Amino acid sequence: MDLNMNVDAPHSMGTTIIGVTYDGGVVLGADSRTSTGMYVANRASDKITQLTDNVYVCRSGSAADSQIVSDYVRYFLHQHTIQLGQPATVKVAANLIRLLSYNNKNMLQTGLIVGGWDKYEGGKIYGVPLGGTLVEQPFTIGGSGSSYLYGFFDQAWKEGMTKDEAEQLVVKAVSLAIARDGASGGVVRTVIINSEGVTRNFYPGDKLPLWHEELEPQNSLLDILNAPSPEPMNI
Amino acid sequence: MDLNMDLNAPHSMGTTIIGVTYNGGVVLGADSRTSTGMYVANRASDKITQLTDNVYVCRSGSAADSQLVSDYVRYFLHQHTIQLGQPATVKVAANLIRLISYNNKNMLETGLIVGGWDKYEGGKIYGIPLGGTLIEQPFAIGGSGSSYLYGFFDQAWKEGMTKDEAEQLVVKAVSLAIARDGASGGVVRTVVINSEGVTRNFYPGDKLQLWHEELEPQNSLLDILNSPSPEPMNI
Repeated sequence: MDLNMNVDAPHSMGTTIIGVTYDGGVVLGADSRTSTGMYVANRASDKITQLTDNVYVCRSGSAADSQIVSDYVRYFLHQHTIQLGQPATVKVAANLIRLLSYNNKNMLQTGLIVGGWDKYEGGKIYGVPLGGTLVEQPFTIGGSGSSYLYGFFDQAWKEGMTKDEAEQLVVKAVSLAIARDGASGGVVRTVIINSEGVTRNFYPGDKLPLWHEELEPQNSLLDILNAPSPEPMNI
Repeated sequence: MDLNMDLNAPHSMGTTIIGVTYNGGVVLGADSRTSTGMYVANRASDKITQLTDNVYVCRSGSAADSQLVSDYVRYFLHQHTIQLGQPATVKVAANLIRLISYNNKNMLETGLIVGGWDKYEGGKIYGIPLGGTLIEQPFAIGGSGSSYLYGFFDQAWKEGMTKDEAEQLVVKAVSLAIARDGASGGVVRTVVINSEGVTRNFYPGDKLQLWHEELEPQNSLLDILNSPSPEPMNI
């Protein structure tokens, strides 16, 4: 343990974030690790943030920057929804994110994935990486853990998946990235958005599949307290 | 095209290299691109180099450094084979590579994968990344394109594959990396080593599988010359 760790260093979300369209909606996925250098500041972060009832955003990069951008866009979208008289579209949400990212590119360091469902276009995913490009994609990956997933996704993703296939793909992918990226970890969170609404799911870290050479998780010694006939410790 | 390209810049092999053990031997694979900055100095390189009859090495990083290291080790192994009176083992070859890499770590920039077959241990793969660690692994990936393959391999590799399964896995993986890594490209070369001997294979770039959003390869305009009734060009 590094006793000289600077726990006040800027919090960064190493992160693995994923957005995937399927036949009927979208699935967003993310890990839950927020790190300050080598210290895990939050091991159960929620990186999938709500913008409106039907649009969510996955955040990566600087935790502060991504939170502020999301907050501004949530505020603008709220006003826009009132003025428009109907739910905002995913495209508008994505464009607002993009305008903030692009126009403040010198000061921000955040990559975002906007996903949602609206009645005009159905399920859509928009990637807004560093720099403020806006790209509409059938699926997209981001964050430091994403490098390890390009090969996997290129051969595993296909058009017209079902909701369950898409969610399983996302969980598998985040857990592959967690295995290889030191800056990603914790649990896997997913958000499914379709015409029926929004569903949040949670996959604890010790329930994820193990990959080549990964070790079984060590149970906490606290389990002794719950054992039927607790043994006294011999020192 | 950059007219100020430095064609005399150090040649580096961006590279994707892979070594996989299977039930009976090993399969080594690599792309064929050698780049000088953005210029592809050699689009048909052979990065899988022979050390002895039964041991080959995949080279990545600095082209010059990896060639020199391989040349020295080939020379030492030749002497060793004469003195020993029988073929050198894969472990000895890998250790020679490692000793040179480690003892010259400040001057060298090359990551190598040694693979071969000997009668004592069968098929073995040894990874020797930058810095000179020696690690015996059931499979190893290296080079700049390897980052994109960690997720794919962690879920696709399994113990006890057949020779054809292993080779198909290697070709698929190199072609996935070529799709995503600008420093990898060209053709896929493989070398299969087992008790029966050594087999070299070649998979041309335009015959590789296409992945999500990849375009069909453009045929060369030179094909006009080979067509049965060539049309004159209209300008």
